[in-house]
Amino acid sequence: MTRPVRPVAVVSFAQARHVRREDHRNEVEMLMPVVGDVFAKVQLTKDDMGFVCSGSADYLVGAPFSFVMALDAVGAWPPMRESHVEMDGAWALYEAWTLLQEGEIDTALVYSFGRSSPSQLHKVLALQLDPYYLAPLWPDPVALAALQAQALIDAGKATEADFAAVASRSRRDALANPNAQVAKDQTAEELLAEEYLVAPLRRHAVPPISDGAAAVVLAAGERARELVQRPAWITGIDHRIEPHALGARDLTTSPSTRAAADGAGVLGAAVDVAELHAPFAHQELILREALGLPDTTVVNPSGGALAANALMVAGLVRIGEAAQRIMDGTADTAVAHATSGPCLQQNLVCALAATPSGPVGGREA
Amino acid sequence: MSSIEPAPPVTTLATPIRIDYEYTAGAAQSRFLEGLARGVFVGQRCPVCGKVYVPPRGSCPTDGVPTTEDVELANTGTVTTFCVVNVPFAGQQIEIPYICAQILLDGANIAFMGLIQEIPPDQVRMGLRVEAVWKPADQWGPSMESVEYFRPTGEPDAPYETYEEYL
Repeated sequence: MTRPVRPVAVVSFAQARHVRREDHRNEVEMLMPVVGDVFAKVQLTKDDMGFVCSGSADYLVGAPFSFVMALDAVGAWPPMRESHVEMDGAWALYEAWTLLQEGEIDTALVYSFGRSSPSQLHKVLALQLDPYYLAPLWPDPVALAALQAQALIDAGKATEADFAAVASRSRRDALANPNAQVAKDQTAEELLAEEYLVAPLRRHAVPPISDGAAAVVLAAGERARELVQRPAWITGIDHRIEPHALGARDLTTSPSTRAAADGAGVLGAAVDVAELHAPFAHQELILREALGLPDTTVVNPSGGALAANALMVAGLVRIGEAAQRIMDGTADTAVAHATSGPCLQQNLVCALAATPSGPVGGREA
Repeated sequence: MSSIEPAPPVTTLATPIRIDYEYTAGAAQSRFLEGLARGVFVGQRCPVCGKVYVPPRGSCPTDGVPTTEDVELANTGTVTTFCVVNVPFAGQQIEIPYICAQILLDGANIAFMGLIQEIPPDQVRMGLRVEAVWKPADQWGPSMESVEYFRPTGEPDAPYETYEEYL
């Protein structure tokens, strides 16, 4: 199911101020104020929730079942209906949305947390690769992204100046985002003068390492209208995955994003705002093409993942940021995207609108 | 030049994996660890249900609210349940048999695990009253290693009703 049979909307969104290193708070202490915020905005409590779903990764914390501990931030008494995905919170939102479609519940809390600071992120991310041929080589995620960027250049689809333009715009937009970690006013020319980190990627084209957390409240039908004046209706949501083996993929395109966009009904639709989870600058270019976004669409007004990229959180933040712009009236239609895996392996597309019926996009034949 | 022998097929592959982590205790647990460095068990109270958690993790897992009030707990408690360890294992530091027990400190609403000594294993029982034996003060640090073990106080056993909720 990718189009709703029952209208469900984002009615509240909250996030932590993202930082390089949360030194003084553990996961629960980092998450609790965010969950408190997301409830306070709609004057609800955990007792009003029909379902709770979270997204996180034990590999980041270095502790098994760390998500069970994190539930302390919500308070799981009396016993509640609860679930967890070892994925970005965007996929937890997908699970909650699916359950809301069944009609038994009217509300759900979705949250995610990610601290990359306790571990060496480049090692943790190497372990998501296939365990026989790739993981033993410990490929750095920046190096893999650089291969993708080089493929894009070789295909004549982009230049290093294009990457710098994306980064310059993202960091400048992030100046207006109080939760961003990297926000600077620098021209693309200035950024191009940087040394390579891993050619053809310079520091600006690579995401920061972040600690952060985010939460969303979903509500269905009339319940959503009671809670906020302008609910951000989810008009379509879908996610697709590509092969595990990097060599089996054309890294210059994103067919899984395309298929998810088709399922979510955003192809050819009018889109005011898009929040794309493109951790590396060049990936925004691939995603724009896959989603078929019109030139008029404002992309990543929050600064995107180049401004803050807490693992397991940044995808849910994209949905929250896009929804926030519908709720506050600055946009009528929005697309949010989340990614997981190396080089955009897995992708989720979520279409949002101020009315439950739009945006109405065409489907591919 | 020697001829090249055909290589035997690969049947096993060793890929050592190790990742190091820097653990962050967090604000609440740091209060507990700081307490151990000065010879005191520090818990925190939930402002909603009033329960005292030790070691505190910063939130009440029942109510989902921050616990901010520190509570210094007694040095004495009750064994709620226990097991006698008879199995040797790699890295074992205590001579077997020994007793691993859940101990409910007086004033706390959750039990934690501790070692029981100075009593034969076959005499340990639920409801046994125990007290912490601390190392000499100059050896205290922000770690449970500040506590040597727990031993019987000699008081009469605690009635079952006083700890049945914590089993």
